[in-house]
Amino acid sequence: MYFVVFFSLLTLTLLTWQIAYIDLGRWNMVVALIISITKTVLVAAFFMHLRWSASMVRLVVFAAVFWLAIMLTLTLGDIFTRNMVSQPQPWQASSVVSQPTTAGSPQR
Amino acid sequence: MIASRRKYKLHNSQAVVAEQFDDRTQQHEAASLGMWIFLATEVMFFGALFTGYTIYRNLYTTAFEAGSHLLNAKIGALNTAVLIGSSLTMALAVHAAQTGMRKRLMTFLVSTMVLGGVFLYIKFAIEWVHDYRDGMVPGLHFTYSGPQASHVAMFFCFYFIMTGVHALHMIIGEGVMTVLLIMAWRGRFSKESHNHIEMFGLYWHFIDIIWIFLFPLLYLLGAHY
Amino acid sequence: MPRVHYLNADYGIKSWLLTTDHKRIAWLYLVSITFFFSIGGVAATLMRLNLLEPQGLIVEPETYNKLFSMHGIVMIFFFLVPSIPAVLGNFLIPLMLGARDVAFPRLNLLSWYVFMTGGSFVLYALIAGGVDTGWTFYTPLSTLYLNTHVMAAAGGVFIAGFSSILTGLNFVVTIHKMRAPGLTWFRLPLFIWAMYATSIIFIIGTPVVAITLALLIIERFFHVGIFDPALGGDPILFQHLFWFYSHPAVYVMILPSMGVVSELVTAFSRKKIFGYHFIAFSSVAIAVIGFLVWGHHMFVSGQSVYAGLVFSALSMAVAIPSAVKVFNWTATLYKGSISYEAPMLYALGFIGLFTIGGLTGLYLATTAIDQHVHATYFVIAHFHYIMVGGAVMGYMGGIHYWWPKISGRLYPDAWARVAAIIIFVGFNLTFFPQFILGYLGMPRRYAVYPPEFQTLNVISTAGASILGLGYIIPLIYLAWSIRYGPVAGPNPWKATGLEWTTSSPPTTHNFEETPVVTEEPYGYDRLAEEIQVA
Repeated sequence: MYFVVFFSLLTLTLLTWQIAYIDLGRWNMVVALIISITKTVLVAAFFMHLRWSASMVRLVVFAAVFWLAIMLTLTLGDIFTRNMVSQPQPWQASSVVSQPTTAGSPQR
Repeated sequence: MIASRRKYKLHNSQAVVAEQFDDRTQQHEAASLGMWIFLATEVMFFGALFTGYTIYRNLYTTAFEAGSHLLNAKIGALNTAVLIGSSLTMALAVHAAQTGMRKRLMTFLVSTMVLGGVFLYIKFAIEWVHDYRDGMVPGLHFTYSGPQASHVAMFFCFYFIMTGVHALHMIIGEGVMTVLLIMAWRGRFSKESHNHIEMFGLYWHFIDIIWIFLFPLLYLLGAHY
Repeated sequence: MPRVHYLNADYGIKSWLLTTDHKRIAWLYLVSITFFFSIGGVAATLMRLNLLEPQGLIVEPETYNKLFSMHGIVMIFFFLVPSIPAVLGNFLIPLMLGARDVAFPRLNLLSWYVFMTGGSFVLYALIAGGVDTGWTFYTPLSTLYLNTHVMAAAGGVFIAGFSSILTGLNFVVTIHKMRAPGLTWFRLPLFIWAMYATSIIFIIGTPVVAITLALLIIERFFHVGIFDPALGGDPILFQHLFWFYSHPAVYVMILPSMGVVSELVTAFSRKKIFGYHFIAFSSVAIAVIGFLVWGHHMFVSGQSVYAGLVFSALSMAVAIPSAVKVFNWTATLYKGSISYEAPMLYALGFIGLFTIGGLTGLYLATTAIDQHVHATYFVIAHFHYIMVGGAVMGYMGGIHYWWPKISGRLYPDAWARVAAIIIFVGFNLTFFPQFILGYLGMPRRYAVYPPEFQTLNVISTAGASILGLGYIIPLIYLAWSIRYGPVAGPNPWKATGLEWTTSSPPTTHNFEETPVVTEEPYGYDRLAEEIQVA
């Protein structure tokens, strides 16, 4: 069984390496990540015996992934919305609030 | 600590249950849960690096692609295969321990160490030396003069830090494996009692998983140039 | 008192420095953190003395910067974070679970050595001239512009972080795998639930700050630009990564105290805790939601307004489980048979002061208000109400409550009550004026201030001197009691909980034989019946 997993991993590595030479634009990264996740699941499930492990152990794995996702999501959420400019609403026509928010902060 | 050395000299397959545990099952479950929790901390440890990398990659996409292009994806792929191979030998080592086959356990431990050593050799003696000579090391010797040089430098910062921290984990793993090898040679492990091998196996596979993500993110970003 | 117990089972410095007994390791931590508390306290004393005069009384601004930095670093990482977990947690968790020790006793000892190594780095930084980044090490100040011992201090905190990680790991495995037969999850003492939630934070959060500080050191040492705007770096990224841990860290500091208060309130009202499940789940909820709110430290940093919105809303949410606890404690007190020994005084003080601190947190979570009070004394008052009025009072209450178990002796409760009241008065005198100062606009981390703020500053310093006196008194009588205090029986408080069923102090292996648990926790109504029948 280990050998089957091993050859699958090698194949996926070859795949991810070769696909990288094809220009798919943004999808390159998506495909690469999908392949990496697949490889990870194989290693975790079979080499690390997660498939046959206690549910508490699987909960720990889920927790780690969950919190990593939180860190990534909220941090990226900041980075990607920094320069978003809100369009002034009709009732804000004359107020200061309608100024686009740059990365500014009131200087103390 | 003194007590454990005393336990060590017992007959090789005698039950070795630490005094805080009631039985071997509890000890094994505790060890397993403990190691997985440790791996969870490692996920967050590397995760912060991946977060930083993701942010800068999205901010400076072209510069990161240019930097990645300067890396040798073929060597990276080779190293990936080597590391996956070492994961295979490690899994086989654990299996050998579980079936009480001492010689086979030692053989596979040595194989894992050798493959790990190959990976480290390729990384340090081939890749990093070459990178330094070519002026790709920010802070030490960085001579890239193309556009957005400072952002390309940022890519290489992350490249060296992430692969460096990864390599550090591997070096620590090699050290632990040396100790395990000696313990195996002295007959410390048996079908009933081989927690150390199993737990180290989890650690080693985890290092492999980190590399499974590092390879495409660092090496394959600029491959389609 | 048994003839042979964990304190006299073995003599000599090696038996202490190489111990794997969780109770002795707790003592190692107790002595160490008391030492670090005094260092942080000296820094605070010098700061408050300096603030007696608007132009600064005793130190130069550069020195003042070093004082508040050392105060923060030492108090947070080397006193508050380890305080209850490493001292009371280490001592009590196996006892409360009916276990002989924690899951990984040698790892436990390693934790302490790692902690002391980190502490040595910080002490070195202190002696070699100090660090003036503030405990938050913000970039690019810390990476580019300072010539103080940033790397040593950051390195010390980095190392000490691993101590927390190992302790958290140990606790989670112990709580999962080493409970006595019959001790189901909902029969666990609430202190254990609090420690479990705290351990989750240790495990998930600490690695992130570790790598962040490592990146800081790398940037400083190699002159690279990870957080340097001139080289494309983002200083706000540092803040994100730093606060991803440091906000949950404040829950690390308060959750164990809440666990202690849950134990104290029920023991000294002689009444079953109200809403056990709510308190248990709220501990876990605080740990989880606490990871979602870190951006509220960064409202004015330049992070996106939308991120600020999200973090503000989530910060409101995190107050809910805390409020749930306060209501449940209050309901426990209601119609309880309350007695006012020192631990109870600390617990009651906690409930009041934590409520004030927590409510002011909601002010700060409101972005519109935070614009004005960020980086003022309002923030300082807020977190000191929680950390000192809350966490430290919980710690003191816990030390007093379990002191008979830890030392086998009773402390003099009259002195203890006096000290508790002195601490309460001194604390409020010190920190309540700071709310006003902050609201009026006095910035934090400034060695000087406009003259119109002097009166409030003087009141604050006067209060600090009273507070300091209040902390010295317990040092004296607790040390005295080890030798001269009356011998305590197994259960001087007539409290429920497995730790009270074994001798005071416990033998090295805690229990003669593993207890079997058949009853729900906090069975004070049953105890009362037994006493009546007897």
